[in-house]
Parts: sequence; C-alpha cells; structure tokens
Amino acid sequence: MDYGTTYLVLAVIFGLFMAWGIGANDVANAMATSVGSKAITIKQAIMIAAVFEFAGAILAGGQVTSTIRKGIIDVSDLGATPEILVMGMLAALLAAGTWLLVASYKGWPVSTTHSIVGSIVGFAIVGIGVDAVQWGKVGMIVMSWVTSPLLAATLSFLIFRSVQKLILETEEPLENAKKYVPMYVFFVGFILAMVTIVKGLKHVGLDVQGVQAVYISLAVGVLVMLLGKFLINRLKFEASDDINFHYANVEKIFSVLMVLTACAMAFAHGSNDVANAIGPLAAVASIVESGELSQKSALPIWILFVGGVGIVLGLAMYGRKVIETVGTKITELTPSRGFCCEVSAATTVVLASGIGLPISTTHTLVGAVLGVGMARGMASLNMNVVRGIFMSWVVTLPIGGVLAIIFFYILKATFG
Amino acid sequence: MQNANFPILGKRMATKNYLSGLFGASPVAPLQEHMTLVDECVSKLLDLFEAMSAGDTAAVEETYYQIAALEQKADDKKHFLREHLPTGLFMPIERQDLLDALRVQDLLANRARDVAGIIVGRKLQFPKETNESAIQLVKATVETCHQALNVVNELDELVETGFRGHEVRRVEAMLIELDELESTTDRIQVDLRAALFLVERDLYAVDVMFMYRVIESIAEIADDAERVGRRFQQMLAK
Repeated sequence: MDYGTTYLVLAVIFGLFMAWGIGANDVANAMATSVGSKAITIKQAIMIAAVFEFAGAILAGGQVTSTIRKGIIDVSDLGATPEILVMGMLAALLAAGTWLLVASYKGWPVSTTHSIVGSIVGFAIVGIGVDAVQWGKVGMIVMSWVTSPLLAATLSFLIFRSVQKLILETEEPLENAKKYVPMYVFFVGFILAMVTIVKGLKHVGLDVQGVQAVYISLAVGVLVMLLGKFLINRLKFEASDDINFHYANVEKIFSVLMVLTACAMAFAHGSNDVANAIGPLAAVASIVESGELSQKSALPIWILFVGGVGIVLGLAMYGRKVIETVGTKITELTPSRGFCCEVSAATTVVLASGIGLPISTTHTLVGAVLGVGMARGMASLNMNVVRGIFMSWVVTLPIGGVLAIIFFYILKATFG
Repeated sequence: MQNANFPILGKRMATKNYLSGLFGASPVAPLQEHMTLVDECVSKLLDLFEAMSAGDTAAVEETYYQIAALEQKADDKKHFLREHLPTGLFMPIERQDLLDALRVQDLLANRARDVAGIIVGRKLQFPKETNESAIQLVKATVETCHQALNVVNELDELVETGFRGHEVRRVEAMLIELDELESTTDRIQVDLRAALFLVERDLYAVDVMFMYRVIESIAEIADDAERVGRRFQQMLAK
C-alpha cells in the first residue's frame, strides 16, 4: 500500500492526541468526585487514575474498541480500496478531536464517545455509502447514550435509598455505616471483576468462563471488601466531630471508601473511553499491516498501550488542573453522595463496556447525581446543565459527521 | 460565576467544565447564617430591656445601634441568598418554601429593630411594676427564637438524610418544643398587659400606647419564630 507507514504514523499521532485529550478532560470528571469530597488528594487521584485507567483499557477495553473499529460500518463493499477506510478513520479522529476542542473551550457538555461515533458515521455515509453504516448497531449505541444515564440514575436512586434505609435514617447511623458500607464495596468489586473476566480478558488472550469466573469475581469482591473494612477500622471517630454536623463521622466512613470507588471509576472509564482513541487507530493499523480489510484480526496489544500512555500523559500534563478546578467546585457532593454516584456510574459504564457499547462516562455520572437528587439527597443541582446534555445529544452526531466529511476530502485530496 | 475562585487559572485554561456546573450553590449554609444573625439581633433585645429597666439610656442607645447593625447584616445576607437562587435549580425543598422561610426569618430581625427603635426614639421607660414580666417576655421570646435557629440548623442534617427517618422525627420533636415556647410567650404577654393595665392611668397616655405596641411586636417576634418552624414542617411533609 502506498503511504502505508505515513498512514500508520498519522493514526498513532491522532490516536495519541485523542487519548491525550480524553486524559486531560474526561478522566478529570471521573476522578473529581473523589477529590471534591476530599477523600483523596489530587496527587493520589492522578496516581490512581494512571494505574486503573491503564488497567481498565487493557483488561476490559477490548469489547468497545472492537465496536468502534468494526461495529459501526460494514466495509465489505470497499474491497480493493481499503485506503478509503484508512482516510476515513483518520478523518474521524481529526473531526472528533476538533469538535471536542471547541466544546471544551465553550464548556458544552459534549462527549468524546458521541463525537467519534458521529464522525465515523459521517465519513461512512459520504466515503462508502449510506448502506455501509450498520444502522441497527448505531441505533443501539445512540439509544445507550440515553439509557446509560437513566440506568445510572435508577441505580444511584436505589443505592442511595438503601443507604438511607440501612444507615442514614437509623438511630445509630455510625454503627450501621461500619456494618453495611463494606457490602457495597463488595458489590462493586464483584461486578467489575465479573464483567472484566467474562467480557474483557479474551481480548488479551485469557479465557476464563463459567463457574470459575464467578469464583474469581467473588474472591475479588471479598478482597476489596476486606480492604474497605481495613480502611474503616483505621479511622478514629470523635464524638465531638458530630456536634455541629451530626453525620460528620458517618461521612468519614464513606470518605475513605471513595478511594476504592475512585479506582473503580478510573477502571470503568479506561474500559470504555480509551476505545474512542484507539478504535480508529486499530482499524488503520490492521489495514496497513495486512494490506487488506480483515475484519477478523485480533487487537494488537501495543495499540491498547498507545491509548493507555496517551491518557496518562494527558492526565499528568493537563488533567491535574481540571481535577483541581472541578474538585474544588463540587464540594457540595459529600462522600456519601459521591460514593453512591460513583458506585452506580462505574457499574453502569463497566456493564456497557462488557456489552461493547461506547457510552459517555461523564453523562452517566451526571445521571447518577440526578438519581441521588431525586431521592432529595442533593442540596442544589443546576438543571441547565442537563438541558445542555440533551442538546449535545442532538447536535454532536451531525456536527461530528460533517467535520469528518470535510477532513475526509482534505485527506483524499492530499493522498489520493 | 464560572471559575470565580480561580480567575487566573480560568483564563489560562480557557475551558469550562460542565460537570462542576451541575452543582449549584447550596442554599443551606446561607439560610442558616441568616438565621444566626437574626437570632443574635433578637437576643440583643434582652440587653436593651435590662438596660432600660436599669434606667441606663446610654446603654439602651448603644444596644439599639448594635441591633440596627445586625439587622442590616441579615438584610444583606437575605439579598445575597436571593440573588444566588436562580430558577432552574433542582433542590430537595421547594424554592418557594425556602424563600418564605427566608422572608419570615428576616421579619424577625425587622421587628426587633422596630421595637428597639420605638424604645430609643420615644425614650420609653416601662414602669417598674412591669419590668419583671417585660424582661420575662423578652427572655421567652429570645428562647423561642433560639429554638427556631436550632431547627434551621438541622437543615443540613435533613438534606444529608434526604428528609427521612430518625432525623425527621428529631426535627418534629424540636418543632413541638418550638410551639410550646411560643405559647409560653403568649401567657407572659397576658400577664404583662395585665400588669401594665393596673398602672397605666398614672402614665403619659401616648407612652402607654407605644408600650402596648412594643409588647405586641415582641409577641409577634415569637409568633414569627414559630412560623419559621411551620415552613420547615412543610419542607418535611413533601
């Protein structure tokens, strides 16, 4: 193939840039909840994010990557001209990156995921043909953008109601918090492990199935639960702390556990959002390497590494500032709320990753926050943001698409 | 509002984050701060009445200025809260209930200033036969106001528990106590009026008129303190 190496280098650069942007902006949203409730410092947040984003991307990110790479468009009609797909994927990366740059400059609630999907669809319509788009799959993805915040909202509503019933409403909230909170931790550990094992590990060449998967997940759940218990037992509770605010000690318990939920969030985010950057890269790489459109080839592990490295770089270089700003502004989210939100958001995102649905982590988190609000658990939420999210659902697909078409023609004129 | 805490950082970054925009400013702390000021303002009435019964006009005047200053501070706080409560906020309590509570709280401070103003302006001096029950009335009113403050101070706990369970029962018990304190002020008020009635014909009639007005206003302070509680009852019931 002409320009093979050039394509690959460009794809790596664009993919890295996209991953960098995700690390700089998106990860911060996932981590800021824990930072805002003062459960962890910014430095700790960055370290947790670096480790668990990477782990999430590599261990559980394969399914979504495969959707982005080959689930959205059917390339069987392309046959002898695989360059079209290469240029299309490059254009999609450029388009999504550009749109995100504008959106984050303006403060619009636009998601990385929505942008990349819109861009790929846009290029496919013009570059290959309307029929090349797997509309059924795209419809499902778009539906999941609406259902994932809804699911997170329902989950967080239920989790918060159960926290109320078991802990906050009782006469001995502190004792009950010590007793019940580790169980929530177990639940998170179990779900994350289960999804990872059943759906993620096959992409890295490990295949664990059936009862074995359940046993391992149970073990992981118990392990993090014990870790949670250990963290709680280290706490010192002073009755005097409760004078001004009677739930200060209860909040302390949730606070230490937000270290664990922060890990879960980073893992979940890594498992879903890294794909936005490396899915197109993977498509380009497989064509360049084989010279043809092979839809069956496995995902090379180095590509997952590119995504992981990009995210960690973005986080280290720029994400720190975003975490700082977001974290200091969401102090209204106390540890008990942050805990419920992160547990529901992480669970929802990881489930989506398992099914291979690319969704927006931040929108999911917003849904989770609203769920707690429905249970009268949030002092004040600004609904304009929610309206903005509805708008972004409507506009991001066409804008990403149009931008991708423009970049596609530019690339075609340059290389064609 | 965006990036208000980090003007320099905000400019350099040139990005706005919508997740942080989701969290509106909580009205809880400002409402509590407002009520704390109001309570302080009403409490000064006790100093004022004690100075008055001791015949210390300089101290009466000094206390009046303190009351007026506190009332002003509370007023500023009220405006601040109103300005920072845009529509489109999703809160666990009705916006209207919150604004009503704020309005009634503010009324308490206004009435305290009015009472102090009448006493200073008219150089009012209650007859010594009534001094004891007058001070008792003020004490009971201040206590009612304290109790209202205690209730308002439970708002953060109520939000924490999502207005459910043990905490709600706690606040309900406090509200019953608030009602009882208010009834006490009613009883003392009757005694005070009776005591004043016995001696009123020996006094300057216009002064007596204002004394009754002062008594009425103080009773209204206790009434309004109870009304603050009733707003909370409404918030609980939702």
